Amino acid sequence: MRRFAQLYEALDATTSTNAKVAAMAAYFAEAPPADAAWTMFFLTGQRLKRLIAPRLLAVWAMERTQMPGWMFEECISLAGDLAETIALLLDTTREGAPPGIAPPPLSQLIEGRLLPLRDAGEEEKRRAVTELWDQLDRREIFLLGKLLTGELRIGVSATLAIRALAQHAGLPPATVAHRLMGTWQPSAEAFAALLRADAHDADVSRPYPFFLASPLEGEPDSLGSRDEWLAEWKWDGIRAQIVRRAGGAYLWSRGEELITDRFPDLSGAWASLPEGTVLDGEVLAFAQGAPLPFSLLQRRIGRKVLTARVLTEAPAAFMAYDLLEQRGEDVRALPLRERRPRLLELVSGRSERLSLSPEVQAADWPELRSLRREARQRGVEGLMLKRWSSPYRVGRPRGDWWKWKIDPYSIDAVLVYAQPGHGRRATLLTDLTFALWDGGELVPVAKAYSGLTDEEIDQLDRWIRQNTLERFGPVRAVKPAHVFELHFEGIGESTRHRSGVAVRFPRIARWRTDKKPEDADTLEGLRALLKSAGREDPDRG
Amino acid sequence: MIADSAQGLHCAAGGFHLDPREPVERAVITHAHGDHARAGSAAYLCVSECAPLLRRRLGPEARVETLAYGERRRIGDVEVSFHPAGHMLGSAQVRIEGAGGVWVVSGDYKRERDPTCPAFEPQRCRTLITEATYALPLFRWEEPASVARQILSWWQSNAEKASLLFCYALGKAQRILAELALLTDRPAYVHGAVEPYAQAYRDAGVRLLPTKLVGDSRGLTGELILAPITARGTPWMKRFSRFESAFASGLLRIRGTRRRRGFDRGFVLSDHADWPGLLRTIRETGAEQVLATHGYHESLVRWLRESGLEAAPIGTAQPSLDPEGD
Repeated sequence: MRRFAQLYEALDATTSTNAKVAAMAAYFAEAPPADAAWTMFFLTGQRLKRLIAPRLLAVWAMERTQMPGWMFEECISLAGDLAETIALLLDTTREGAPPGIAPPPLSQLIEGRLLPLRDAGEEEKRRAVTELWDQLDRREIFLLGKLLTGELRIGVSATLAIRALAQHAGLPPATVAHRLMGTWQPSAEAFAALLRADAHDADVSRPYPFFLASPLEGEPDSLGSRDEWLAEWKWDGIRAQIVRRAGGAYLWSRGEELITDRFPDLSGAWASLPEGTVLDGEVLAFAQGAPLPFSLLQRRIGRKVLTARVLTEAPAAFMAYDLLEQRGEDVRALPLRERRPRLLELVSGRSERLSLSPEVQAADWPELRSLRREARQRGVEGLMLKRWSSPYRVGRPRGDWWKWKIDPYSIDAVLVYAQPGHGRRATLLTDLTFALWDGGELVPVAKAYSGLTDEEIDQLDRWIRQNTLERFGPVRAVKPAHVFELHFEGIGESTRHRSGVAVRFPRIARWRTDKKPEDADTLEGLRALLKSAGREDPDRG
Repeated sequence: MIADSAQGLHCAAGGFHLDPREPVERAVITHAHGDHARAGSAAYLCVSECAPLLRRRLGPEARVETLAYGERRRIGDVEVSFHPAGHMLGSAQVRIEGAGGVWVVSGDYKRERDPTCPAFEPQRCRTLITEATYALPLFRWEEPASVARQILSWWQSNAEKASLLFCYALGKAQRILAELALLTDRPAYVHGAVEPYAQAYRDAGVRLLPTKLVGDSRGLTGELILAPITARGTPWMKRFSRFESAFASGLLRIRGTRRRRGFDRGFVLSDHADWPGLLRTIRETGAEQVLATHGYHESLVRWLRESGLEAAPIGTAQPSLDPEGD
C-alpha cells in the first residue's frame, strides 16, 4: 500500500509523460507481482465496484474525528471530495502522528480486507474501515476512501501504463495491451503472464486492441492522392470486435466490455464465421438496408431484459470493416489493400445480419466532399479515410486512419442550472445545464461539461455563486443571463427529456457574451433540426 | 473596548484604529502586509522590526513611531504593547489593557517555527480577537523544515529545467530563503519584487540564502527562482524556456488547488495559524470571549460557541481566502 501511495503521489506530482512512465516502470521493478497486478488494474482505468456507501464512511469519520455534521459539510464543500476530507480530518485529529503499524501490501489489503466487505454487515464494515484508518497515513487513507467508494482514478492513460509495463518487461506495448484485454483478473500469476516472453497467448476470447482514427482537421487534399485512400461511411453505432475462436464467439465493445449477451440477434452472424476469425466493425440498429438512430441502440443496451419487442424495434447488424485474424493467424500487419479483399470474401453471403462496410466511390476529393454532405440524411457521422497501405495499428497513432466528420449541429442556449464537477473540477461549478425558449419558458435541452478555458470556468463559477436563484441539493438554478453556443453530433426524439429531444455529445463551443438570453434559439428550431435529420424515432409512431 | 468601524477595528478608549482600511488619525499596525498597513493615516505605531518595512510601503513622509516587543505605552485611557506573532518579520499581536480588561488583537499569526521572526507568545487576556484565515479542521501544517526539504529536493531534481516557485514577495519568500539557508548555500534567483524585501530582512539580521536578481538572465536551467504570483502568465515568464512551476501556500493543503491552478507542484507552507494552532492559541490565552475575523471566521465562531465559549465575528468585511502573505 505504501509503495502504491508513493506511486500515486509521484504520478500526481508531474505533468511530464516521460516522468510518469519512469515512475511506473520503477514501481514495476520493485513491487511484488501480486501488488503490481492490482496497480496495473487501476492504472488501466478499471475500478472496484463500490464496497461501502459514501454516507456510511462520512458517518464513521465524523464519529472518529468528533466533527459535527455542519463542520464536516463545510470541509467537504471546500475540499470537494469525501475521501480527501476524511483523510485530512483524521490527519488533523491525530496531529499528523504517523501510524505505528506498517500498512498491509496492496493485494492483501484489497483481497483480504476490502473485497470481503462486499457481503459484510454494517458493523463489520465499520470495524474493518476504522481499523485500517489506524494503520494508514494521510495519503493512504485518501486512497482507501477512493477504493471503498469505487472512485479511484489515477492521472495516467491506460496507454501510458501499458507503455511503462512494456518498458519494464522488454516487450512491445502491443503485446502487453493484447494480454490485458478481455477478462483480465489481477493476481500474481496474471501479472507474471503479462511479462512472459512467449508471445503465444491462450485466452481464446481475447480481442485485439482497437485501432482508433484521429479527427481530420482541414481538408483531405493534404493527405495526398485520392487513390491511396479507402473511403467508408462513419457509422454511428457501437465499435466492436467479433472474436470467433475454439467453438465460441465473443462480442467485445471498444470499452473492452464483453457484450455478447446483449446481441442474441447477431448469434447467426458469428456462428457462420469460420474458426479463428476476428472482425472489427460497428454494431448498428439496422432495418431495411439503413441504419436506425443511435438512440434506439442505446435504449436497447440500457434494458436489463431483451424483450421480443426490443429486438424487433431495433434489430442489430454488424457492419464489418476490418479483418484482424484469419484461420487463427494474426493478419494485422498485412496492408489494408490485402486485408479488405479477404474480409469481403469472408463475410459475403453468410448472414443478413453481417455485411461489409461499403466503399464510398468517388473519383477525387471534391466528389468525396460533396458525398460527405449527404452523411446526415444517410444517418452516418461522416466519412472514414483509411490508407490502403496501412497495417492495423494499436491505439490512436496519427497518419493512417482519419475520421472526417460532418460539421456538428449548433445552437445558442441559455445557462439555467449548474452543479459541481468531478475530480479536478470538484470545487467548481462545471456541470452546466442549458435551455432553449419554448413560448415564454426556458426548457432544458442539454448538459455540457467541457469546452471552456480555465479562466472562463473560474469567471463563470464566481458569477454562478453570486447569481444563484435557488438550490436543489448540489444543483443551483441561476439567473438566465448567459448564452453559450453548443455543438452536438446527433439528435433524436426522447420520452425521457422534458424537451422531447435528446442531443448527442453536446459540448460548449463558445461563450456568446455578445448575445442576450432573448437571442437564444427556440425548442421549435431544435425540433426542426430533428426533422431535417430525417431520423424520426419509429416507436413514437 | 474594541469595535468595528467603517475604517476597521477601533479602540475608542485609546483613540486609535488597528490596521485601518482607510486613513485615520492614529493607526496601530500589526504587520507590514498591504491589507493591514495602508497609507494615508496621520500617525502610525508599530513594533521596531516592522518600521523599515512599513516605511517602504508608506513612503518617507509617513509619521511612524515604534515600540520594542513587550514595551508598554499609555495611549488615551489604555496601555498598549506589542508581542511576537510569528507571522513574518516585524509582525505583532497588540495587547490593550484598560477599563474593559485585557484585550489582544492577534493580527495574522502562526505557531510554527520561522527563522525570520521570534515565535508567537500567547498573552493572557479576557478577549482575543483572532484571525481565522484557515479556520477549518482540514488545515494542519507539516513541519516547516520538512517542507523546506521538499522544496530543495524539487529544485535539485529539476537539473534541466528552471524551478519557478511562486509565493508572496514579502514574508513567504524571505521565510523560504531563510529555511533553505539552513540546508544549502547555493544562491537562488529572485524576481525584482522580492529582492528589496530580502535586503530589508538581511538588514534586520536575518540570514537568507544568497540571492541574485533575475534581471535580464534567460533560461536559468537548474536554478531556483522565487517570484510573486502576480508575475505568473506575464511576459516576464518568456525568459524561461523549460521550467516547472510550484506554488507555496496553505491553500495547497487541498489537492485540487494545485491542479485547478495548474501548478506542477504545491508546497503546503502558510504564515497563518492552522486549525490546531488556532484552538491551542485560544486555549493558552485563557480568553473568555473570542472574536474572529478573516477567512473561515463563521466556522470558528460556531465551533467555539458549541464548545461553550463566548464567540462572535468581527470586522468581517474582508474577502475570504487568498489572503496576502498566506
